[in-house]
Amino acid sequence: MKRVGIYFAAAAILGFCLAPLAWIFLHSLRSTDGSFSFANYASVFEQGAFARAILNSFLVAVGTTLCCIALGASAAFAVAKLEFVGRLAVLAVALVVSMFPPIATVSPLFLIIRGLGLRDTLGGLIFPYTVFALPLTLWVLSSFFREIPDELYSAARLDGCSPFQAFRKIFLPLAAPGLATTAILVFVFSWNEFLFALTFVSSPEKRTIPVAIALFATGQTEPWPEIFAASVVVTLPLVLVTLALQRKILSGLTAGSVTGF
Amino acid sequence: MRNNTSIESWARMLDQWRRGATEKYQAYFMVAPAMAMLLLVTAYPVCEAAWLSLHRFILVFHDWRFLGTQNYQFLLRDGRFWTALANTGYFTAAAVSLELALGLGFALALNESFRGRAAVRAAVLIPWAIPTVISAKAWAWFFDPAGPGGRLLWNPDASWLGTPGYAMKAAILVDVWKTTPFVALLLLAGLQAIPRDVYEAADVDGASRWRVFRSLTLPMLGPMIAVALLFRTLDAFRVFDAIYVLTEGGPANTTETVSIYAYKTLMRAGDFGYGSTLAIAIFLAAVGISLGYVKVLGRVLGAAR
Repeated sequence: MKRVGIYFAAAAILGFCLAPLAWIFLHSLRSTDGSFSFANYASVFEQGAFARAILNSFLVAVGTTLCCIALGASAAFAVAKLEFVGRLAVLAVALVVSMFPPIATVSPLFLIIRGLGLRDTLGGLIFPYTVFALPLTLWVLSSFFREIPDELYSAARLDGCSPFQAFRKIFLPLAAPGLATTAILVFVFSWNEFLFALTFVSSPEKRTIPVAIALFATGQTEPWPEIFAASVVVTLPLVLVTLALQRKILSGLTAGSVTGF
Repeated sequence: MRNNTSIESWARMLDQWRRGATEKYQAYFMVAPAMAMLLLVTAYPVCEAAWLSLHRFILVFHDWRFLGTQNYQFLLRDGRFWTALANTGYFTAAAVSLELALGLGFALALNESFRGRAAVRAAVLIPWAIPTVISAKAWAWFFDPAGPGGRLLWNPDASWLGTPGYAMKAAILVDVWKTTPFVALLLLAGLQAIPRDVYEAADVDGASRWRVFRSLTLPMLGPMIAVALLFRTLDAFRVFDAIYVLTEGGPANTTETVSIYAYKTLMRAGDFGYGSTLAIAIFLAAVGISLGYVKVLGRVLGAAR
Protein backbone atom coordinates (compact mmCIF):
# COMPACT_ATOMS: atom_id res chain seq x y z
CA MET A 1 0.00 0.00 0.00
CA LYS A 2 2.74 2.37 0.98
CA ARG A 3 4.71 1.41 -2.15
CA VAL A 4 1.79 2.31 -4.37
CA GLY A 5 1.49 5.67 -2.62
CA ILE A 6 5.15 6.46 -3.23
CA TYR A 7 4.97 5.65 -6.94
CA PHE A 8 1.82 7.69 -7.23
CA ALA A 9 3.60 10.64 -5.60
CA ALA A 10 6.63 10.17 -7.85
CA ALA A 11 4.42 10.14 -10.94
CA ALA A 12 2.69 13.31 -9.74
CA ILE A 13 6.04 15.06 -9.24
CA LEU A 14 7.26 13.98 -12.67
CA GLY A 15 4.05 15.21 -14.25
CA PHE A 16 4.27 18.55 -12.47
CA CYS A 17 7.86 19.15 -13.59
CA LEU A 18 7.72 17.78 -17.12
CA ALA A 19 4.21 18.43 -18.45
CA PRO A 20 4.80 22.10 -19.41
CA LEU A 21 8.06 21.11 -21.09
CA ALA A 22 6.30 18.37 -23.02
CA TRP A 23 3.64 20.71 -24.28
CA ILE A 24 6.18 23.36 -25.30
CA PHE A 25 7.96 20.69 -27.35
CA LEU A 26 4.77 19.31 -28.85
CA HIS A 27 3.52 22.70 -29.92
CA SER A 28 6.87 23.74 -31.33
CA LEU A 29 6.37 21.03 -33.96
CA ARG A 30 2.81 22.00 -34.77
CA SER A 31 1.98 24.39 -37.56
CA THR A 32 -1.05 26.63 -37.55
CA ASP A 33 -2.85 24.20 -39.88
CA GLY A 34 -2.35 21.37 -37.35
CA SER A 35 0.35 19.38 -39.20
CA PHE A 36 3.62 18.41 -37.52
CA SER A 37 7.01 19.43 -38.92
CA PHE A 38 10.18 21.34 -38.15
CA ALA A 39 8.96 24.31 -40.18
CA ASN A 40 8.65 26.54 -37.10
CA TYR A 41 12.32 25.99 -36.29
CA ALA A 42 13.34 26.95 -39.81
CA SER A 43 11.30 30.15 -39.70
CA VAL A 44 12.75 31.12 -36.32
CA PHE A 45 16.28 30.95 -37.64
CA GLU A 46 15.42 32.61 -40.94
CA GLN A 47 14.93 35.87 -39.09
CA GLY A 48 18.55 35.94 -37.90
CA ALA A 49 17.63 38.06 -34.89
CA PHE A 50 17.08 34.97 -32.84
CA ALA A 51 20.43 33.38 -33.69
CA ARG A 52 21.93 36.74 -32.74
CA ALA A 53 20.15 36.64 -29.35
CA ILE A 54 21.58 33.19 -28.67
CA LEU A 55 25.07 34.45 -29.44
CA ASN A 56 24.53 37.53 -27.22
CA SER A 57 23.27 35.45 -24.31
CA PHE A 58 26.19 33.08 -24.71
CA LEU A 59 28.75 35.91 -24.72
CA VAL A 60 27.17 37.59 -21.71
CA ALA A 61 26.92 34.34 -19.74
CA VAL A 62 30.50 33.30 -20.48
CA GLY A 63 31.80 36.80 -19.71
CA THR A 64 29.91 36.94 -16.43
CA THR A 65 31.10 33.47 -15.43
CA LEU A 66 34.74 34.38 -16.10
CA CYS A 67 34.47 37.68 -14.21
CA CYS A 68 32.76 36.02 -11.26
CA ILE A 69 35.42 33.36 -10.95
CA ALA A 70 38.27 35.81 -11.44
CA LEU A 71 36.92 38.09 -8.70
CA GLY A 72 35.36 35.48 -6.46
CA ALA A 73 37.82 32.58 -6.30
CA SER A 74 40.59 34.37 -4.39
CA ALA A 75 38.07 36.08 -2.11
CA ALA A 76 36.34 32.77 -1.36
CA PHE A 77 39.72 31.19 -0.57
CA ALA A 78 40.66 34.03 1.78
CA VAL A 79 37.32 33.76 3.55
CA ALA A 80 37.61 29.98 3.91
CA LYS A 81 41.26 29.57 4.87
CA LEU A 82 42.92 32.82 5.97
CA GLU A 83 42.47 34.64 9.23
CA PHE A 84 41.77 38.33 9.06
CA VAL A 85 39.51 40.84 10.68
CA GLY A 86 36.30 41.24 8.71
CA ARG A 87 36.15 37.69 7.39
CA LEU A 88 32.55 37.28 8.46
CA ALA A 89 31.75 40.77 7.22
CA VAL A 90 32.60 39.65 3.68
CA LEU A 91 30.11 36.80 3.86
CA ALA A 92 27.54 39.07 5.50
CA VAL A 93 27.87 41.65 2.69
CA ALA A 94 27.49 38.85 0.15
CA LEU A 95 24.36 37.63 1.90
CA VAL A 96 22.86 41.11 2.02
CA VAL A 97 23.59 41.68 -1.67
CA SER A 98 21.93 38.38 -2.56
CA MET A 99 18.76 39.61 -0.90
CA PHE A 100 18.82 42.89 -2.77
CA PRO A 101 15.86 43.80 -4.97
CA PRO A 102 17.55 44.52 -8.34
CA ILE A 103 14.92 47.13 -9.25
CA ALA A 104 16.25 49.28 -6.38
CA THR A 105 19.52 49.71 -8.28
CA VAL A 106 18.12 50.15 -11.78
CA SER A 107 17.95 53.95 -11.93
CA PRO A 108 21.50 54.70 -10.71
CA LEU A 109 22.99 51.75 -12.59
CA PHE A 110 21.30 52.99 -15.74
CA LEU A 111 22.99 56.37 -15.26
CA ILE A 112 26.38 54.79 -14.40
CA ILE A 113 26.27 52.46 -17.39
CA ARG A 114 25.25 55.33 -19.66
CA GLY A 115 28.02 57.47 -18.20
CA LEU A 116 30.59 54.75 -18.89
CA GLY A 117 29.36 54.50 -22.47
CA LEU A 118 28.27 50.92 -21.84
CA ARG A 119 24.58 51.54 -22.47
CA ASP A 120 23.22 49.21 -25.12
CA THR A 121 26.34 47.03 -25.06
CA LEU A 122 26.81 43.49 -23.79
CA GLY A 123 29.52 44.74 -21.43
CA GLY A 124 26.85 46.86 -19.76
CA LEU A 125 25.12 43.60 -18.83
CA ILE A 126 28.20 41.63 -17.75
CA PHE A 127 29.03 44.37 -15.24
CA PRO A 128 25.84 44.22 -13.11
CA TYR A 129 25.42 40.45 -13.65
CA THR A 130 28.86 39.83 -12.19
CA VAL A 131 27.93 41.65 -9.04
CA PHE A 132 24.57 40.00 -8.57
CA ALA A 133 26.14 36.57 -9.12
CA LEU A 134 29.15 37.23 -6.88
CA PRO A 135 27.40 36.35 -3.60
CA LEU A 136 26.51 32.94 -4.98
CA THR A 137 30.11 32.52 -6.19
CA LEU A 138 31.52 33.42 -2.78
CA TRP A 139 29.20 31.13 -0.83
CA VAL A 140 29.54 28.10 -3.05
CA LEU A 141 33.29 28.39 -3.60
CA SER A 142 34.13 29.08 0.04
CA SER A 143 32.18 25.99 1.05
CA PHE A 144 34.31 23.99 -1.40
CA PHE A 145 37.57 25.51 -0.11
CA ARG A 146 36.52 24.77 3.45
CA GLU A 147 36.31 21.07 2.65
CA ILE A 148 40.01 20.95 1.72
CA PRO A 149 42.01 20.12 4.90
CA ASP A 150 43.78 22.97 6.71
CA GLU A 151 46.96 20.86 6.97
CA LEU A 152 47.51 21.35 3.26
CA TYR A 153 47.61 25.08 3.78
CA SER A 154 50.05 24.90 6.72
CA ALA A 155 52.26 22.52 4.76
CA ALA A 156 52.32 24.88 1.78
CA ARG A 157 53.23 27.78 4.04
CA LEU A 158 56.06 25.79 5.68
CA ASP A 159 57.43 25.02 2.23
CA GLY A 160 57.69 28.75 1.63
CA CYS A 161 54.53 29.49 -0.34
CA SER A 162 52.93 32.87 0.28
CA PRO A 163 49.18 32.69 0.99
CA PHE A 164 48.47 33.75 -2.57
CA GLN A 165 50.81 31.13 -4.00
CA ALA A 166 49.16 28.49 -1.82
CA PHE A 167 45.85 29.58 -3.31
CA ARG A 168 46.99 29.64 -6.91
CA LYS A 169 49.21 26.56 -6.99
CA ILE A 170 47.50 24.20 -4.57
CA PHE A 171 43.97 25.16 -3.64
CA LEU A 172 42.69 26.43 -6.99
CA PRO A 173 43.45 23.16 -8.83
CA LEU A 174 42.00 21.13 -5.96
CA ALA A 175 38.79 23.16 -6.02
CA ALA A 176 38.19 22.44 -9.72
CA PRO A 177 34.86 20.65 -9.06
CA GLY A 178 33.73 23.66 -7.04
CA LEU A 179 34.74 25.99 -9.87
CA ALA A 180 32.71 23.89 -12.30
CA THR A 181 29.67 23.97 -10.03
CA THR A 182 29.95 27.73 -9.59
CA ALA A 183 30.40 28.22 -13.31
CA ILE A 184 27.18 26.33 -14.09
CA LEU A 185 25.15 28.24 -11.51
CA VAL A 186 26.44 31.63 -12.66
CA PHE A 187 25.96 30.69 -16.31
CA VAL A 188 22.33 29.71 -15.72
CA PHE A 189 21.72 32.92 -13.75
CA SER A 190 23.08 35.12 -16.57
CA TRP A 191 21.35 33.10 -19.28
CA ASN A 192 17.98 33.62 -17.57
CA GLU A 193 18.23 37.22 -16.28
CA PHE A 194 15.55 39.54 -17.64
CA LEU A 195 15.16 42.88 -15.81
CA PHE A 196 18.62 44.33 -16.49
CA ALA A 197 18.67 42.89 -20.00
CA LEU A 198 15.37 44.63 -20.71
CA THR A 199 16.48 47.94 -19.21
CA PHE A 200 20.11 48.43 -20.22
CA VAL A 201 19.87 47.24 -23.83
CA SER A 202 17.58 48.87 -26.36
CA SER A 203 18.56 47.87 -29.90
CA PRO A 204 17.03 44.58 -31.09
CA GLU A 205 20.37 43.17 -32.29
CA LYS A 206 21.83 43.42 -28.77
CA ARG A 207 18.97 41.56 -27.08
CA THR A 208 19.57 38.45 -25.02
CA ILE A 209 17.30 35.40 -25.26
CA PRO A 210 14.80 36.24 -22.49
CA VAL A 211 14.23 39.73 -23.94
CA ALA A 212 14.03 38.40 -27.49
CA ILE A 213 11.39 35.87 -26.44
CA ALA A 214 9.39 38.29 -24.28
CA LEU A 215 9.32 40.84 -27.10
CA PHE A 216 8.95 38.28 -29.88
CA ALA A 217 5.67 39.57 -31.24
CA THR A 218 6.07 42.29 -33.84
CA GLY A 219 2.39 42.66 -34.67
CA GLN A 220 -0.76 42.38 -32.62
CA THR A 221 -0.93 38.59 -32.38
CA GLU A 222 1.66 36.35 -30.77
CA PRO A 223 3.35 33.94 -33.23
CA TRP A 224 2.97 31.03 -30.81
CA PRO A 225 4.43 28.17 -32.89
CA GLU A 226 7.63 30.15 -33.47
CA ILE A 227 7.85 31.22 -29.83
CA PHE A 228 7.64 27.58 -28.84
CA ALA A 229 10.28 26.53 -31.35
CA ALA A 230 12.57 29.29 -30.07
CA SER A 231 11.89 28.20 -26.48
CA VAL A 232 12.86 24.62 -27.25
CA VAL A 233 16.07 25.72 -28.95
CA VAL A 234 17.29 27.64 -25.90
CA THR A 235 15.83 25.33 -23.26
CA LEU A 236 16.95 21.96 -24.55
CA PRO A 237 20.73 22.52 -24.16
CA LEU A 238 20.14 23.89 -20.68
CA VAL A 239 17.99 20.93 -19.68
CA LEU A 240 20.56 18.46 -21.04
CA VAL A 241 23.44 20.18 -19.25
CA THR A 242 21.40 20.29 -16.04
CA LEU A 243 20.63 16.59 -16.23
CA ALA A 244 24.24 15.68 -17.04
CA LEU A 245 25.64 17.76 -14.18
CA GLN A 246 22.78 17.38 -11.70
CA ARG A 247 25.00 16.26 -8.84
CA LYS A 248 27.21 19.32 -9.10
CA ILE A 249 24.22 21.65 -9.38
CA LEU A 250 22.49 20.09 -6.39
CA SER A 251 25.57 20.37 -4.21
CA GLY A 252 26.06 23.99 -5.30
CA LEU A 253 22.44 25.02 -4.78
CA THR A 254 22.32 23.59 -1.30
CA ALA A 255 25.88 24.59 -0.28
CA GLY A 256 24.96 28.21 -0.82
CA SER A 257 22.14 28.05 1.68
CA VAL A 258 23.17 25.30 4.10
CA THR A 259 26.48 26.93 5.01
CA GLY A 260 24.57 30.13 5.63
CA PHE A 261 23.39 28.82 8.97
CA MET B 1 74.28 30.82 25.44
CA ARG B 2 71.30 32.31 27.16
CA ASN B 3 71.68 35.39 25.07
CA ASN B 4 71.70 33.32 21.93
CA THR B 5 68.37 31.59 22.60
CA SER B 6 66.66 34.84 23.35
CA ILE B 7 67.84 36.20 20.01
CA GLU B 8 66.55 33.07 18.36
CA SER B 9 63.18 33.34 20.04
CA TRP B 10 62.99 36.99 19.07
CA ALA B 11 63.74 36.06 15.50
CA ARG B 12 61.07 33.38 15.64
CA MET B 13 58.53 35.80 17.02
CA LEU B 14 59.39 38.37 14.40
CA ASP B 15 59.06 35.77 11.71
CA GLN B 16 55.70 34.66 13.04
CA TRP B 17 54.50 38.22 13.21
CA ARG B 18 55.64 38.83 9.66
CA ARG B 19 53.88 35.72 8.48
CA GLY B 20 50.72 36.75 10.25
CA ALA B 21 51.01 40.16 8.66
CA THR B 22 51.54 38.84 5.12
CA GLU B 23 48.63 36.53 5.69
CA LYS B 24 46.44 39.41 6.67
CA TYR B 25 47.61 41.76 3.90
CA GLN B 26 47.30 39.13 1.25
CA ALA B 27 43.88 38.20 2.57
CA TYR B 28 42.72 41.79 2.15
CA PHE B 29 44.34 41.92 -1.24
CA MET B 30 42.42 38.81 -2.32
CA VAL B 31 39.09 39.99 -0.95
CA ALA B 32 39.32 43.62 -2.04
CA PRO B 33 38.31 43.35 -5.74
CA ALA B 34 35.17 41.33 -4.99
CA MET B 35 34.17 43.60 -2.11
CA ALA B 36 34.79 46.71 -4.19
CA MET B 37 32.53 45.39 -6.94
CA LEU B 38 29.81 44.38 -4.48
CA LEU B 39 29.76 47.79 -2.85
CA LEU B 40 30.14 49.71 -6.10
CA VAL B 41 27.08 48.12 -7.64
CA THR B 42 24.85 47.91 -4.56
CA ALA B 43 25.69 50.28 -1.72
CA TYR B 44 26.64 53.13 -4.02
CA PRO B 45 23.53 52.85 -6.24
CA VAL B 46 21.26 52.80 -3.20
CA CYS B 47 22.82 56.03 -1.94
CA GLU B 48 22.57 57.49 -5.43
CA ALA B 49 18.94 56.37 -5.72
CA ALA B 50 18.21 58.00 -2.36
CA TRP B 51 19.72 61.23 -3.73
CA LEU B 52 17.77 60.99 -6.99
CA SER B 53 14.58 60.35 -5.04
CA LEU B 54 14.80 63.86 -3.63
CA HIS B 55 14.63 65.37 -7.11
CA ARG B 56 12.38 65.89 -10.02
CA PHE B 57 14.34 64.21 -12.78
CA ILE B 58 12.75 63.38 -16.12
CA LEU B 59 15.36 61.71 -18.29
CA VAL B 60 14.46 62.86 -21.80
CA PHE B 61 13.60 66.45 -20.88
CA HIS B 62 16.81 67.03 -18.89
CA ASP B 63 14.53 68.31 -16.19
CA TRP B 64 16.46 68.31 -12.90
CA ARG B 65 15.24 70.11 -9.81
CA PHE B 66 15.61 69.59 -6.06
CA LEU B 67 12.31 68.74 -4.40
CA GLY B 68 13.24 67.71 -0.89
CA THR B 69 10.77 65.21 0.49
CA GLN B 70 7.97 66.03 -1.96
CA ASN B 71 8.32 62.70 -3.78
CA TYR B 72 7.92 60.88 -0.49
CA GLN B 73 4.87 62.91 0.44
CA PHE B 74 3.41 61.98 -2.92
CA LEU B 75 4.31 58.32 -2.31
CA LEU B 76 2.25 58.26 0.89
CA ARG B 77 -0.80 59.50 -1.04
CA ASP B 78 -0.11 57.44 -4.18
CA GLY B 79 -2.94 54.90 -4.29
CA ARG B 80 -1.31 53.07 -7.18
CA PHE B 81 1.77 52.37 -5.04
CA TRP B 82 -0.27 51.02 -2.12
CA THR B 83 -2.29 48.83 -4.46
CA ALA B 84 0.95 47.52 -5.97
CA LEU B 85 2.31 46.85 -2.49
CA ALA B 86 -0.86 44.96 -1.54
CA ASN B 87 -0.69 42.98 -4.81
CA THR B 88 2.94 42.10 -4.10
CA GLY B 89 2.09 41.06 -0.56
CA TYR B 90 -0.75 38.86 -1.77
CA PHE B 91 1.42 37.31 -4.48
CA THR B 92 4.28 36.68 -2.04
CA ALA B 93 2.14 35.19 0.73
CA ALA B 94 0.17 32.91 -1.58
CA ALA B 95 3.12 31.79 -3.72
CA VAL B 96 5.52 31.16 -0.85
CA SER B 97 3.05 29.21 1.29
CA LEU B 98 2.01 27.04 -1.67
CA GLU B 99 5.65 26.44 -2.58
CA LEU B 100 6.53 25.50 0.95
CA ALA B 101 3.61 23.07 1.33
CA LEU B 102 4.17 21.45 -2.08
CA GLY B 103 7.97 21.51 -1.69
CA LEU B 104 7.74 19.75 1.67
CA GLY B 105 5.55 17.07 0.09
CA PHE B 106 8.01 16.62 -2.78
CA ALA B 107 10.96 16.45 -0.39
CA LEU B 108 9.29 13.83 1.83
CA ALA B 109 8.48 11.69 -1.23
CA LEU B 110 11.99 12.04 -2.67
CA ASN B 111 13.50 11.11 0.68
CA GLU B 112 11.92 7.64 0.47
CA SER B 113 13.79 5.01 -1.48
CA PHE B 114 12.03 3.74 -4.59
CA ARG B 115 13.00 2.61 -8.03
CA GLY B 116 13.73 5.53 -10.34
CA ARG B 117 14.28 8.02 -7.54
CA ALA B 118 17.42 9.43 -9.19
CA ALA B 119 15.46 10.17 -12.37
CA VAL B 120 12.67 11.96 -10.50
CA ARG B 121 15.21 13.97 -8.53
CA ALA B 122 16.86 15.02 -11.78
CA ALA B 123 13.51 15.99 -13.29
CA VAL B 124 12.88 18.28 -10.35
CA LEU B 125 15.80 20.45 -11.49
CA ILE B 126 14.21 21.15 -14.87
CA PRO B 127 11.78 23.94 -13.89
CA TRP B 128 14.68 25.63 -12.09
CA ALA B 129 16.84 25.55 -15.22
CA ILE B 130 14.23 26.90 -17.64
CA PRO B 131 14.36 30.69 -17.94
CA THR B 132 11.40 32.29 -16.15
CA VAL B 133 10.53 34.26 -19.27
CA ILE B 134 10.19 31.05 -21.28
CA SER B 135 8.04 29.23 -18.75
CA ALA B 136 5.93 32.35 -18.30
CA LYS B 137 5.47 32.52 -22.11
CA ALA B 138 4.33 28.90 -22.14
CA TRP B 139 1.82 29.66 -19.40
CA ALA B 140 0.77 32.82 -21.22
CA TRP B 141 -0.14 30.63 -24.19
CA PHE B 142 -1.99 28.23 -21.90
CA PHE B 143 -3.98 31.07 -20.39
CA ASP B 144 -4.42 32.92 -23.69
CA PRO B 145 -8.14 33.50 -24.36
CA ALA B 146 -7.75 31.17 -27.37
CA GLY B 147 -5.52 28.72 -25.45
CA PRO B 148 -6.55 25.50 -23.70
CA GLY B 149 -6.92 27.06 -20.24
CA GLY B 150 -7.83 30.56 -21.30
CA ARG B 151 -11.47 30.60 -20.25
CA LEU B 152 -12.85 30.11 -16.79
CA LEU B 153 -14.46 26.67 -16.64
CA TRP B 154 -17.62 27.98 -15.05
CA ASN B 155 -17.86 31.13 -17.16
CA PRO B 156 -16.64 30.84 -20.76
CA ASP B 157 -17.11 34.57 -21.34
CA ALA B 158 -14.33 35.47 -18.88
CA SER B 159 -10.65 34.78 -19.50
CA TRP B 160 -8.09 34.07 -16.79
CA LEU B 161 -5.69 36.81 -17.74
CA GLY B 162 -8.38 39.35 -18.54
CA THR B 163 -10.38 39.09 -15.33
CA PRO B 164 -9.27 41.03 -12.27
CA GLY B 165 -8.67 38.64 -9.40
CA TYR B 166 -7.94 35.69 -11.66
CA ALA B 167 -4.90 37.03 -13.50
CA MET B 168 -2.96 37.15 -10.24
CA LYS B 169 -3.84 33.53 -9.55
CA ALA B 170 -2.35 32.61 -12.91
CA ALA B 171 0.84 34.53 -12.03
CA ILE B 172 1.04 32.69 -8.71
CA LEU B 173 0.73 29.37 -10.53
CA VAL B 174 3.64 30.32 -12.82
CA ASP B 175 5.82 31.13 -9.83
CA VAL B 176 4.81 27.98 -7.96
CA TRP B 177 5.71 25.82 -10.95
CA LYS B 178 9.06 27.50 -11.36
CA THR B 179 10.28 27.51 -7.75
CA THR B 180 8.62 24.64 -5.87
CA PRO B 181 11.48 22.38 -7.06
CA PHE B 182 14.07 24.70 -5.50
CA VAL B 183 12.24 24.60 -2.16
CA ALA B 184 11.91 20.81 -2.45
CA LEU B 185 15.64 20.38 -3.06
CA LEU B 186 16.54 22.59 -0.10
CA LEU B 187 14.20 20.69 2.20
CA LEU B 188 15.43 17.37 0.83
CA ALA B 189 18.99 18.35 1.76
CA GLY B 190 17.66 19.18 5.23
CA LEU B 191 15.90 15.83 5.52
CA GLN B 192 19.03 13.96 4.51
CA ALA B 193 21.00 15.74 7.21
CA ILE B 194 18.79 14.27 9.96
CA PRO B 195 20.72 11.37 11.54
CA ARG B 196 19.18 7.95 10.87
CA ASP B 197 19.51 6.67 14.46
CA VAL B 198 17.01 9.29 15.62
CA TYR B 199 14.40 7.56 13.49
CA GLU B 200 15.51 4.13 14.66
CA ALA B 201 15.00 5.17 18.27
CA ALA B 202 11.50 6.40 17.43
CA ASP B 203 10.80 3.11 15.65
CA VAL B 204 11.81 1.15 18.74
CA ASP B 205 9.50 3.30 20.81
CA GLY B 206 6.69 2.44 18.43
CA ALA B 207 5.80 6.01 17.47
CA SER B 208 3.24 6.43 14.66
CA ARG B 209 4.38 7.92 11.32
CA TRP B 210 2.45 11.12 11.90
CA ARG B 211 3.91 11.44 15.40
CA VAL B 212 7.45 10.93 14.05
CA PHE B 213 6.81 13.62 11.44
CA ARG B 214 5.26 16.04 13.92
CA SER B 215 7.74 15.72 16.79
CA LEU B 216 10.93 14.65 15.01
CA THR B 217 11.13 15.53 11.35
CA LEU B 218 9.43 18.91 11.44
CA PRO B 219 11.43 20.40 14.36
CA MET B 220 14.73 19.11 12.95
CA LEU B 221 13.83 20.53 9.57
CA GLY B 222 12.92 23.85 11.16
CA PRO B 223 16.11 25.79 10.37
CA MET B 224 16.01 24.66 6.73
CA ILE B 225 12.35 25.66 6.40
CA ALA B 226 13.28 29.04 7.83
CA VAL B 227 16.09 29.48 5.28
CA ALA B 228 13.81 28.46 2.42
CA LEU B 229 11.11 30.86 3.67
CA LEU B 230 13.48 33.80 3.90
CA PHE B 231 15.01 33.26 0.45
CA ARG B 232 11.68 32.63 -1.23
CA THR B 233 9.90 35.57 0.44
CA LEU B 234 12.54 38.05 -0.68
CA ASP B 235 12.61 36.50 -4.13
CA ALA B 236 8.82 36.54 -4.53
CA PHE B 237 8.68 40.11 -3.25
CA ARG B 238 10.82 41.32 -6.18
CA VAL B 239 8.83 39.34 -8.77
CA PHE B 240 9.12 40.89 -12.21
CA ASP B 241 9.76 38.50 -15.11
CA ALA B 242 6.69 36.29 -14.79
CA ILE B 243 4.23 39.16 -14.41
CA TYR B 244 5.83 41.28 -17.11
CA VAL B 245 5.43 38.42 -19.59
CA LEU B 246 1.95 37.33 -18.48
CA THR B 247 0.07 40.58 -18.02
CA GLU B 248 2.49 43.54 -17.71
CA GLY B 249 0.51 44.40 -14.59
CA GLY B 250 -2.98 44.30 -16.13
CA PRO B 251 -5.96 43.97 -16.18
CA ALA B 252 -6.63 47.34 -14.57
CA ASN B 253 -3.33 47.13 -12.60
CA THR B 254 -4.62 44.18 -10.58
CA THR B 255 -1.38 42.25 -11.10
CA GLU B 256 0.91 45.27 -10.88
CA THR B 257 3.63 44.54 -8.30
CA VAL B 258 5.99 47.13 -6.86
CA SER B 259 8.82 46.08 -9.19
CA ILE B 260 6.56 46.41 -12.24
CA TYR B 261 5.30 49.82 -11.11
CA ALA B 262 8.84 51.07 -10.47
CA TYR B 263 9.99 49.73 -13.83
CA LYS B 264 7.17 51.48 -15.67
CA THR B 265 7.81 54.73 -13.85
CA LEU B 266 11.54 54.58 -14.60
CA MET B 267 11.72 53.19 -18.09
CA ARG B 268 8.33 53.92 -19.67
CA ALA B 269 7.66 57.34 -18.16
CA GLY B 270 11.37 58.15 -17.82
CA ASP B 271 10.67 59.61 -14.39
CA PHE B 272 13.93 58.89 -12.58
CA GLY B 273 13.08 61.03 -9.58
CA TYR B 274 9.84 59.42 -8.48
CA GLY B 275 10.99 56.06 -9.88
CA SER B 276 13.95 56.23 -7.50
CA THR B 277 11.57 57.05 -4.65
CA LEU B 278 9.70 53.84 -5.46
CA ALA B 279 13.00 51.95 -5.65
CA ILE B 280 14.00 53.18 -2.19
CA ALA B 281 10.60 52.22 -0.80
CA ILE B 282 11.05 48.69 -2.23
CA PHE B 283 14.55 48.51 -0.80
CA LEU B 284 13.31 49.52 2.65
CA ALA B 285 10.50 46.97 2.45
CA ALA B 286 13.03 44.23 1.62
CA VAL B 287 15.21 45.32 4.55
CA GLY B 288 12.14 45.26 6.78
CA ILE B 289 11.24 41.73 5.66
CA SER B 290 14.80 40.50 6.32
CA LEU B 291 14.96 42.08 9.76
CA GLY B 292 11.54 40.69 10.64
CA TYR B 293 12.65 37.22 9.62
CA VAL B 294 15.93 37.47 11.51
CA LYS B 295 14.04 38.45 14.63
CA VAL B 296 11.45 35.68 14.35
CA LEU B 297 14.12 33.16 13.30
CA GLY B 298 16.30 34.04 16.25
CA ARG B 299 13.38 33.39 18.58
CA VAL B 300 12.36 30.13 16.87
CA LEU B 301 15.92 28.78 16.71
CA GLY B 302 16.60 29.93 20.26
CA ALA B 303 13.51 28.07 21.49
CA ALA B 304 14.51 24.94 19.55
CA ARG B 305 17.83 24.79 21.38
